[in-house]
Amino acid sequence: MNKTRIFDHLVLLLGVAFMIGPIAVAFLTSTHDPYEIHMKGLMTSWGGDFVATYDKVLFEKGGFTGKVTGLAMLKNSFILGIGFAVGKIVLSMLAAYAIVYFRFKMGVVFFWMIFTTLLLPLEVRILPSYEVMTKLGLVDTYSGLIVPLLASATGTFYFRQFFKSVPEELLEAARIDGAGPFKFFVDILIPLSRNMIAAIFIIMFVYGWNQYLWPMLMTTDESFFTLVRGIKQILLVWVGAQIPDYNQAFALAVLAMIPPILVVIVFQSWFIKGLTESDK
Amino acid sequence: MKQVTLSNVSKTYPNGVTAVHPTSFDIEKGEFLVLVGPSGCGKSTILRMIAGLESITEGDLDIAGKRVNDVEPALRDIAMVFQNYALYPHMTVFNNMAYGLRNRGTSKAGIDKAVRDAASMLNLGEFLDRKPSQLSGGQRQRVAMGRAIVRNPALFLFDEPLSNLDAKLRGQMRIEIRALQRRLGVTSVYVTHDQVEAMTMADRIVVLNAGRIEQIGTPSEIYHQPRSTFVASFMGAPPMNLIDADYRGNGRVYLAGGMDLPAPVETGRPGAVKIGVRPESARMVETETAGALPFAIDHVEELGAIRLFHGTLGGQPFTVHTSHEHAVPEGTAWLDLRSSTVLMFDGATGARL
Ligand SMILES: Nc1ncnc2c1ncn2[C@@H]1O[C@H](COP(=O)(O)OP(=O)(O)O)[C@@H](O)[C@H]1O
Ligand SMILES: [Mg+2]
Repeated sequence: MNKTRIFDHLVLLLGVAFMIGPIAVAFLTSTHDPYEIHMKGLMTSWGGDFVATYDKVLFEKGGFTGKVTGLAMLKNSFILGIGFAVGKIVLSMLAAYAIVYFRFKMGVVFFWMIFTTLLLPLEVRILPSYEVMTKLGLVDTYSGLIVPLLASATGTFYFRQFFKSVPEELLEAARIDGAGPFKFFVDILIPLSRNMIAAIFIIMFVYGWNQYLWPMLMTTDESFFTLVRGIKQILLVWVGAQIPDYNQAFALAVLAMIPPILVVIVFQSWFIKGLTESDK
Repeated sequence: MKQVTLSNVSKTYPNGVTAVHPTSFDIEKGEFLVLVGPSGCGKSTILRMIAGLESITEGDLDIAGKRVNDVEPALRDIAMVFQNYALYPHMTVFNNMAYGLRNRGTSKAGIDKAVRDAASMLNLGEFLDRKPSQLSGGQRQRVAMGRAIVRNPALFLFDEPLSNLDAKLRGQMRIEIRALQRRLGVTSVYVTHDQVEAMTMADRIVVLNAGRIEQIGTPSEIYHQPRSTFVASFMGAPPMNLIDADYRGNGRVYLAGGMDLPAPVETGRPGAVKIGVRPESARMVETETAGALPFAIDHVEELGAIRLFHGTLGGQPFTVHTSHEHAVPEGTAWLDLRSSTVLMFDGATGARL
């Protein structure tokens, strides 16, 4: 009994080391100076440049035009991540609400039309989307970054399945209680969907946070750069003869990881609490 | 005074199923009316049409003297208790009861008073801050009742509200609901497939079969003077014994095995009939007397206070109900039906003659 326990823990510890290892290495490397990194490669020791590097990454203006700080990029990434998650949740909940609760002509057709957009990811329609955004004058704006990616077949599908599992009696009770379509949605359906919303928020926030291709196309103004692009920008110096600021790139990468991790931790506990309370 | 009137109300679902054929009946003010029938007979459909949750295909529905066919459920001045309670899972007991009042714009003080009054009436006072998931089945049932009561409606509608409870609790809630309804004096329509609930709770019973009314009457009328073999066999446990017989218009009915009985009625139209005898109405004797019929006992059910003898009469199944003091005869006993209530039904249509 005891033996298997020790063995179990060994396996788990090994798994943890395997997962944490690269992150730890990235973090440790970011505390060294770039020349050392350039010569010796990845570091597994504490370098002592922690404060200097992170201060520089967060607060010093960089980029070609010298306009953008790490903090500003962090803010942009947040706007993108949260804008994405919230926008997608709002849109897909409304779409699912319409599909499940309102009998309109060809509702099924509309559902499957939304569903087939799953087969058409952004990359397929990126040029036309870009053209539309240019014509609308939305290049280099947050709306331009966020809005074209908001329609979410996945979200709509999940909410549709969830709404279908909500007992019909609840809708009827609400109707007798005098709740119209709007009140039913706000007072009953949204609170019941908490867990679903939390789950989709996690997925969509990380998805938005990690967006790369679309922001690169849509924004030329460096003040709209996100962290993910910032990392790339630092390494671009390589084309010159300079040694890129490896330490800063690693520091940005580490910073870029923190918010998604926090989101997962916060929403996960909410999610699990919701599941174990077993409301429905 | 009539509180609810259905005139030729019918329901055909979009898929073409006619769940309710044109149906008419009235519900008196303060009355407790029970709709009873087997599963799928259209009870819920009728109730839901009264509630406004289902559209009425044809006919008129009046509540308190006004035609309400096209009135929203919330404006019909009704309250409904659902089979699965349909409590809002994310709201506390208090908010579950208060929600409807809030939507009507009742004042905060008014809501508070109504909810607390209802809660004390239902012994829910200490649970007001709990979520439904933290309550037992019986307590949830009470919250559902409370939600109906606080609105002080003109009409209560119940759709099999006790079918998710265990037998003991069901018996208890049956009495509680009825007592509460008497106290509040609110007209009620109660749907159930359980004939015991129907018999014990109803002022009047509507027996439904395949979307049509078989009979409307007080529990006693329904039990003792069923209008058809359907009602006779649906109401009562064990059901009324129904035996095939031949009526020849000569004052007697002839059973298989060469037995015969005096005919309970004279119709003047000879033909195949069914003879109906309630199990508790048949008297079993151990020795042959004049006019007694031989009853072959197959097995005996002991139910504590009573005994049920299952056997055959002239080859057809027959059950006799006796007190537990009645001796258990060996093999064959005799049935003396001279003092029994014997009914006669048309063999083809099942209508009582
Ligand atoms: N929404 C619906 N669409 C089509 N048919 C229905 C619907 N609801 C009920 N029915 C049919 O109508 C008949 C009566 O149903 P219901 O009123 O629920 O019966 P009960 O409550 O007596 O068991 C059944 O045959 C059922 O299959
Ligand atoms: Mg039903």
